[in-house]
Amino acid sequence: MIDQILRRLLISIPVLFGVLFLGFGLLVLVPGDPAIVMAGPTATPEIVAAIRTEMGLDDPVLVQFGTYLGRVLQGDLGRSLISNKTVISELGAAIGPTAELMFACLIWSVPLGIGLGTLAAVSRGSIIDRAIMAISVAGVSLPIFFICLMMIQYLGVQWRLLPFIGRGGPLWTLEGIRHIALPALSLGAIFIGPVARMTRSSVLEVLKLDHVRTARAKGLSETRVILRHGLRNALIPVVTLIGLQVGYLLGGAVVTESIFSFPGIGRLAVGAILSSDFPLAQGTILVLALGFILINMIVDILYSLLDPRVQT
Amino acid sequence: MNDAAPLLEVRHLQVDFHVGGTVQRAVQGVSFSVARGRTLGVVGESGCGKSVTSLSIMRLVPQPPGQYAGGQILFDGDDLLSLPERRMRDLRGGRIGMIFQEPMTSLNPVYTCGAQIVESLSVHSGLKGKAARERAIELLDLVGLPSPASRVDDYPHQLSGGQRQRVMIALALCNDPDLLIADEPTTALDVTIQAQILDLMGNLRERTGAAVMLVTHDLGVVAQTCDDVVVMYAGRVVEQAPTAALFADPQHPYTVGLMAAVPRIDAAAGRLATIPGSVPPPWIEAKGCRFASRCPLADTRCRAESPPLRDLSAGHHVACWKAPIEAAA
Ligand SMILES: Nc1ncnc2c1ncn2[C@@H]1O[C@H](COP(=O)(O)OP(=O)(O)O)[C@@H](O)[C@H]1O
Ligand SMILES: [Mg+2]
Repeated sequence: MIDQILRRLLISIPVLFGVLFLGFGLLVLVPGDPAIVMAGPTATPEIVAAIRTEMGLDDPVLVQFGTYLGRVLQGDLGRSLISNKTVISELGAAIGPTAELMFACLIWSVPLGIGLGTLAAVSRGSIIDRAIMAISVAGVSLPIFFICLMMIQYLGVQWRLLPFIGRGGPLWTLEGIRHIALPALSLGAIFIGPVARMTRSSVLEVLKLDHVRTARAKGLSETRVILRHGLRNALIPVVTLIGLQVGYLLGGAVVTESIFSFPGIGRLAVGAILSSDFPLAQGTILVLALGFILINMIVDILYSLLDPRVQT
Repeated sequence: MNDAAPLLEVRHLQVDFHVGGTVQRAVQGVSFSVARGRTLGVVGESGCGKSVTSLSIMRLVPQPPGQYAGGQILFDGDDLLSLPERRMRDLRGGRIGMIFQEPMTSLNPVYTCGAQIVESLSVHSGLKGKAARERAIELLDLVGLPSPASRVDDYPHQLSGGQRQRVMIALALCNDPDLLIADEPTTALDVTIQAQILDLMGNLRERTGAAVMLVTHDLGVVAQTCDDVVVMYAGRVVEQAPTAALFADPQHPYTVGLMAAVPRIDAAAGRLATIPGSVPPPWIEAKGCRFASRCPLADTRCRAESPPLRDLSAGHHVACWKAPIEAAA
C-alpha cells in the first residue's frame, strides 16, 4: 500500500511539472501585463518599463519559467499583486473551505447517487427507474450556475431556509454547516446524475454474471444478493468514474464558490484571473492540479481496496 | 416420509422463455426421478435443455424471460414450483447444492474463497466466526485443495480453474445437501483435471450419501459415474434407463449416435463418428419425432407422428417408433 502511494507520488512529479509549465505559459499568453497591474492606473510608461525590468518580464520566456520554477521549488509562490499578501497565505486560507465544500458535496451526493442507481437497476423498466433516470439526466444537463441560482431563489430568498452568502465558520459548527449547505447541495446536484447512471448500468451488468447465480444458489436473500454480490462488485467501475469526474467537480466548485461568495480556491482563482493577479492565479491553478492528483490518488487506493485482483 | 419414494421427482416439467413476443418452450414435459444415494446422469448435446432443467430444480431460471409453464418438481414430497420463496431459499445451498459449468466465473472475485463458503455456512447452519472458518478449511481439505489453511484466504483469481471448481464443490457440499446437482462440472476443465474432479465427486458421494444429478454431454463420463441415465433431445426425454442397460442395449438412434461419438482408446485411429446436423431449438414446431431430420432410420411415420415415451423393459423407456418393444416383452 505504502509502495503504491509512493509510486503514485513519483508519477505525479512530471504531471506537476507540466501543470506548472501550462499555468505559467497560459498567463504569459493571455492579454494583460502584470507590470501595469502593479504600477497602478496613474503610472507613466517609464515606471511600467522599470517594473517590467525589475520583475524580469523582459527576459526570454524560458528564462522566466526557470526563475519561476526555482522559486516554486523553494516554496515561494510570490506575492499577490492586489493584496500584497504572500500567495501561500492566500491559498492556505482558501484550501480549507474548498476541501470542506468538496467533502460536503461528496458526502451526500455519492451515497445518494449510488442508492438511487441501485434502486433504478433493481426496478428496471418500472416507473421508479424512469423517474430516477429522468432526475439524473436533468441534473447532468442543467448548468451548474442555474442550479445555484434556483437554490438561492427558493431555499435562500423565498423560503429563507438557509444563508447563501459566504462561509459561516468551520464545518463542525452549526453556522458552518448552514452556510455550506446550499453550495454543497448545488454542487452535489450535478454529481448525482453521473453516479446514479453509472451505478445503475454497472449493477445491471454485474447482476447478469455467473457469481450472482452462485450467490442465489447459496440460498441468500435477494437483498443480500443485490447488495453483497451485485452492488459490492458494481462499485469498482463507479469509483473509477468518480475519479474521472473530479475535474468536472472542481470546475463546478469554481462556479459555485463564485456565486455563493464562498471563500475557497475556486473563487480565489476567478478573482485572480479577472484582476490579472498573475502570481495568485498561478498559485490557484497549482493547487487545483494538486487537488486533482490527490483525489485521484485516493480513488486509486479505494479501487485497490475494492478489487482484490488489482495488485497492491 | 416414505423411504421408497424417490428424493427428487420431476414430473412433466415445462419451461418457457418469452423472447421478443414469442414463447419458446425450452423444456417440454420432462420427467425423471433420483433416489437417495443414487447418481443420475442427464446427457444430451448443447441446447437440449439440460441446464434449464437443472436450474428449475433450484427454481433459479431467470423470470422473466423464463416461466414454469407446467409440471411438478417433487423434492421429498414438496412441490418446489409452488413452495414459498422463503422455504425455497432454505433448500438452495442447504438441502440442495449446485455446481455450475463455469468455474472461472462462478465465484465472486471480490471475496476470498473462505468468505464465500462461510457466508453459506452462516446462512444455513448458523455457523459463524472461527468455527465457520475452521469448517471452511476442513471442507477445502475434503475437496483436495492443497494447503487449505492458507488457501482459505485466497481470492478466486489466485486459483486455477480446477482449484476453483474444487472450491465450488466445497461450497455446494458445505451444508451436507441431500441432493447435489452438477451441471457439466468438468466441461470447462482440462482432461486430466476432469478425471480428478469426477473422482472427487465419486468419493464425496460415497462419503455423504447424497443423491447426485450429473449433467453432461459426455456419455463416457456417464458410463463411469452414473447409476441411471436420462437422454435428452430438444427439450424432451428420448431414452431413460439404468446405465448398464442403456450401454448394453441402447434403443434410441440418438443414444446410439452419442455412443458412437465417444472417443475410445481401442478404436482404430481415424475419424470419430458424429451425428450429422445439430439440435433444432426445442420450440420449433415439428409434427413428428424431433430427431427425424438427423435419424438414419426415420421413415414417414417418424416424420408424421411424435413418438411417446414407452416402457421397453423395467426401467428402460424410449421415445422411438423403431424401438423393438415386442422383443423385450
Ligand atoms: N435465459 C434464457 N433466455 C432465453 N432462452 C434461454 C435462456 N436460457 C436457456 N434458453 C434456451 O433454452 C434452451 C435450452 O438451453 P440449456 O438448458 O442451456 O441447454 P443445455 O444446458 O442442454 O446446453 C436453449 O435453446 C436456450 O436458447
Ligand atoms: Mg448447459
